[in-house]
Amino acid sequence: MNKVLKEIRTSALSALWMMILTFPIIVIKVNTINMTVNWRWINLMWVGTGTFILSWLWRYLLDRKENGSGLKKTDTKESRRFSLHKSLNDKKMRIPVLSTLAVLVLVLPLLVNFYQVSIMTSALIFVILGLGLNIVIGYGGLLHLGYAAFYAMGAYSYGLMYLYWGIPFWVALPLGAVSGAVFGLLIGFPVLRLRGDYLAIVTLAFGEIARLVLENLSGFTKGPEGIAQIPRPGFITKLSLQGATIYLFYICIALVLFTIFVMRRIEDSRIGRALEAMSEDDIAAQSMGIDLTKAKLTTFALGAIWAGMAGVLLAAKTTYINPGSFTLMESVMILVAVVLGGTGSIPGVILGAFLVTLIPEYFRALSDYRMLMFGVALVVMSIFRPQGIIPRVRKHYIVGEDQS
Amino acid sequence: MLKVDNIHTYYGNIQALKGISLEVNKGEIICLIGANGAGKSTTLMSISGIEPPRSGTVILEGIDITGMPPHKIVTMGMSQVPEGRRIFPQLTVLENLDMGAYLRTDKEEMKRDLEYVFELFPILSQRRHQIGGTLSGGEQQMLAISRALMAKPRILLLDEPSLGLAPLIVQQIFGIIVRINKEQGTTIFLVEQNANMALKIADRGYVLQNGIIVKTDTSSALMADEEVKNAYLGV
Repeated sequence: MNKVLKEIRTSALSALWMMILTFPIIVIKVNTINMTVNWRWINLMWVGTGTFILSWLWRYLLDRKENGSGLKKTDTKESRRFSLHKSLNDKKMRIPVLSTLAVLVLVLPLLVNFYQVSIMTSALIFVILGLGLNIVIGYGGLLHLGYAAFYAMGAYSYGLMYLYWGIPFWVALPLGAVSGAVFGLLIGFPVLRLRGDYLAIVTLAFGEIARLVLENLSGFTKGPEGIAQIPRPGFITKLSLQGATIYLFYICIALVLFTIFVMRRIEDSRIGRALEAMSEDDIAAQSMGIDLTKAKLTTFALGAIWAGMAGVLLAAKTTYINPGSFTLMESVMILVAVVLGGTGSIPGVILGAFLVTLIPEYFRALSDYRMLMFGVALVVMSIFRPQGIIPRVRKHYIVGEDQS
Repeated sequence: MLKVDNIHTYYGNIQALKGISLEVNKGEIICLIGANGAGKSTTLMSISGIEPPRSGTVILEGIDITGMPPHKIVTMGMSQVPEGRRIFPQLTVLENLDMGAYLRTDKEEMKRDLEYVFELFPILSQRRHQIGGTLSGGEQQMLAISRALMAKPRILLLDEPSLGLAPLIVQQIFGIIVRINKEQGTTIFLVEQNANMALKIADRGYVLQNGIIVKTDTSSALMADEEVKNAYLGV
């Protein structure tokens, strides 16, 4: 009983606090034409009750989490919710599930309209970006806030190469990846000695520098007006708008599959192990004989390759690029996709990328508040599920002896 | 085997080592003792290349390794157990050990070394699939030593293996260090605050004070030395 009273008091206090805090914007409304002030007292009541209920709910959830009660409940819920992920790991289910997914994906453009295909393509580009950033953050453990710069590098390398030399999509795709990697190395060198927060700040600055350079180098990059009429990829002949969009959708699907394949290889490789050691403890990694310089540069370059490719895809999809598409916000959105989905987990990042792109797309009404939504989502996630929606399942390998 | 000649190491503008010279011969156990902040760990990090000295030379088996990056030094047959163990907390015991052999490709030899390590520390064999971070302090120290051994070093640098461990465990670990030295012929350079324990197993010792070596002698002589007794042995 005492506890309930205490809860009521805390919630009431936060409701009161919120009422005071929002009073000026919620209650007072100045009518500038009649020079009168409207006092909307009724709103105050809504804020008060709303905060009270939310605070109560919040504290209840926190309490439940700390006491571990209801743990069993969430467990069963989890197994239902992520049955897709689980069945992928189950060998017997693997082939049927994967083939159903494959068929679904292949016939999707025939089932839904053109607009949906276009949205899906954007989401797939974001998946590639997310998986690329996942190398840097998930595997390498380096917080990178300027990832959009690599993305811009890819997009601009296609845009500019087309503008000056008329280079087609299929040539630009690998070249975009290469220019991303080169730029990754260039950024990697100066930040070699940095760690943690300092690394985040410097990469953030580099991201902004890259954007500002693109904006101000007007003679070469056409500045803020951007590059228009970049061609979509053609299949033998030039395709119609509809056809090109569907074609690009399939290209994105193929590239996503390729990315997943490479990610899995990286996880199992020597480089992957070196990155793992580096992210766990860099001094220990050094004394194991891991070349930290090389490992860090590899991380940046590997991450940047995918951003470069995603950039080329973006340029081909929208046919128009300008520096405004590669702001800090874009870097943050990719980061949100990775963290929300599950840092280091491939299915997690894919889900995260879909959520981050599709939710604002399908709930247009909410799109003004999307930053607020993602902010709230991140806060809630970091308290209740810090490892992400689909957490990483570390594969433990067996060394030097038979698996028994 | 290892010859350190007049090294000076700085952290920014602060000088941590003011001209350290020492020598470790093949097959010896050498200990470096000193109080907190004397520069013991810095000496070790300077030798292993993690904090390279600003002047002076470090020579390993006739080759100048001063300023070489740490991963190169590992390939030359020197491996270290860093202070505070620093095992990889998310990796299993086996994976940690495998990390230690990161630079090696000789699978058969590695298998034998793994067996040897498990023979030294049977508890690690029992916990081979356990996550490193869930081991107890003593087990983590054992893992850190084993991990360094997996690189098959000719000289092993140990930084405070007794740190934060119960006396009984410390004794067990020091016993193993002697065993490694005897059985594998691994030269051992030990940095310790627990002077009593370290001098008991070492052949010779160096006493470090404020970045300068103030005394060096055989272990038994140091243990008998009045000053050392008062300052470090607490007798």
